[in-house]
Amino acid sequence: MVYTLGIDIGSSSSKALILADGKDIVSSAAIQVGTGTSGPGRVMEEVFRDTGLSLEDIAFTVATGYGRFSVKEADKQISEITCHAKGIFHLIPGARTIIDIGGQDAKAIRLGDNGNILQFYMNDKCAAGTGRFLDVMSRVLEIPLDNMGDAHFKATEWAAVSSTCTVFAESEVISQLSNGVPRENIVAGVHKSVATKTCALVRRCGELQQEVVMCGGVAKNPGAVDAMEKALGAKITVAPNPQITGALGAALLAWEAYQKQQ
Amino acid sequence: MEFNPATASSKECLAYYQAKLDEEAWQAKKEGRLVCWSASVAPPEFCVAMDIAMIYPETHAAGAGAKKCSQELLDVAHGKGYNIDICSYARTNLGYMELLKQEALTGAKSETLANSKASYVPLPDLVITCNNICNTLLKWYENLAKELNIPCIIIDVPFNHTMPVQRHNKEYIADQYRAAIHQLEEVTGRAFDYDKFLKVQEQVQRSVYWWNKVATYAGRVPSPLNGFDLFNYMALIVCARARDYAEITFHKFADELEAKDAAGQYAFGAPENEKYRITWEGIAVWTYLGATFKGLKNQGAVMTGSAYPGIWNLQYTPGDLESMAEAYTKVYINTCGPNRYEDFMNIVKNAKSDGLVMHLNRSCKQMGLLNQEGAEYVNKMLGVPFVSFDGDQTDPNVFSQAQYETRIQALCEMMEANK
Repeated sequence: MVYTLGIDIGSSSSKALILADGKDIVSSAAIQVGTGTSGPGRVMEEVFRDTGLSLEDIAFTVATGYGRFSVKEADKQISEITCHAKGIFHLIPGARTIIDIGGQDAKAIRLGDNGNILQFYMNDKCAAGTGRFLDVMSRVLEIPLDNMGDAHFKATEWAAVSSTCTVFAESEVISQLSNGVPRENIVAGVHKSVATKTCALVRRCGELQQEVVMCGGVAKNPGAVDAMEKALGAKITVAPNPQITGALGAALLAWEAYQKQQ
Repeated sequence: MEFNPATASSKECLAYYQAKLDEEAWQAKKEGRLVCWSASVAPPEFCVAMDIAMIYPETHAAGAGAKKCSQELLDVAHGKGYNIDICSYARTNLGYMELLKQEALTGAKSETLANSKASYVPLPDLVITCNNICNTLLKWYENLAKELNIPCIIIDVPFNHTMPVQRHNKEYIADQYRAAIHQLEEVTGRAFDYDKFLKVQEQVQRSVYWWNKVATYAGRVPSPLNGFDLFNYMALIVCARARDYAEITFHKFADELEAKDAAGQYAFGAPENEKYRITWEGIAVWTYLGATFKGLKNQGAVMTGSAYPGIWNLQYTPGDLESMAEAYTKVYINTCGPNRYEDFMNIVKNAKSDGLVMHLNRSCKQMGLLNQEGAEYVNKMLGVPFVSFDGDQTDPNVFSQAQYETRIQALCEMMEANK
């Protein structure tokens, strides 16, 4: 049995996954703090826990994500664009459009029939439309992130929230709260704001190609997925365990690199 | 030790002549001759023929960006009320002008000016601008003229909605040139020197010839030329194309590249270090020149093409004003989309590039506007992948190094997959 490891160190979470012979997931872990924190160390402990394996048993390690260059265990660093594409295509071979929203970036990737990347776009130097935007809004609305999805589906109408700036959107939300707008309606407006921003990235990739798959931490929020479906006018498949698809792609690419070495 | 252009390297020539141009402007001031601030692609031929010293605010601002001191000049402009959405070359220069103006009015250098790493240049006696690369240059230079109460020469160049350049456009621009000559005669109180004008035009053509020659080395595989060097040497095609300084330096640089190629030395040293060849669209990120270069070098990506340095491919027939008019109006960003896309595709083709890097420059809407369509056209015609990143020419607040590196790495992974 040959084990490979994929580590995805993002700005707000750390993920790792061990793969056996390039196909079976042995273990995966996610810690909700990212690069520069205890996250990378903790996720490594977590991913090996109860596996009976240690780093010495790993034949090849690929690191990805914002913090990829600070992973000293890595044999190779690969961009998160390539890793997410690899991971998603492995899980869902029909995927042609990927929407990945993480802590500080949002990306749209268009895949070819072989899983090759035809085009990708990422957000600019701005937190609007990212996980950080939802973080800020969750705090202002006093609704934990995990409950944002439930609140979204209780909305009677979607409040208008700016999609261009997190700071301006935050003050809009505060004034709507003080005007008595129901929090559920604001939550739906917040999700719409994220969807509008991300949708622009998807449209830049050309005519929408099915199947559309969503991954990244924000894909765990069904309210955000619903808003995205409405904005795109298309059905979205949420990747299984959407936060670890980058780490999965990294582990698959580690397997390919290992085989190339042999 | 006295500088000897015969024995100096092209890099030494570049540094020497850049400093010399500033010294000459100060000397002109001392001798009571005129100093002109000029837009980078405005024709210098008229002023140089009348022995006027030239200073180029865009190059000065780029230098301030590269020396990481543009922020303090931007802050001066912001303090005067200039909005952050205005071009950062304009803001950097208007901030710098304000510091020089205060010095001229009070006789005392402000702390910001005294400590600035930006090269110290004299205030202008007149300005010349041309809207062949953008329209911000009109209001920026009108503003300089108004603030300093000095003459402003404007060469108005119509946008080319169709190509080739229309006859009436050339005639219109040639008339603008004649008006500029008349204006200069009034400013200097002397008759225009047509004999010297012809000699200056001939000099510009020799400078352009050697500038274009240098760029051709990037077409070789592997490339002996590191395309980022064009960003540095560009200072002389902008500021000294009407002098022999540019010709001497570029001729030398071309000879060095020829020798390098013959010796099997390339942009990144050994030939195998050139893994990918990219075309760069847009102005350099001067404030992060090293970071943008290293981001590519770390992946083995050599810049072999760029439309930006080609802006100064100003070929024309000396003595023919309409030919000169055509050269200054057919700058690619002053032409319609289809012409621009075709030019861009030819650059990628000649550079034998495997990928495109598009700088979405917050300052330069004119260059950024058709980037996406241009890249899509090249992608469709040549199958070359592209990536874009956010940045700015001299405002350091827009660029994110980590975001840039991720995009470049992903592009290289796409180029690798295409091999």
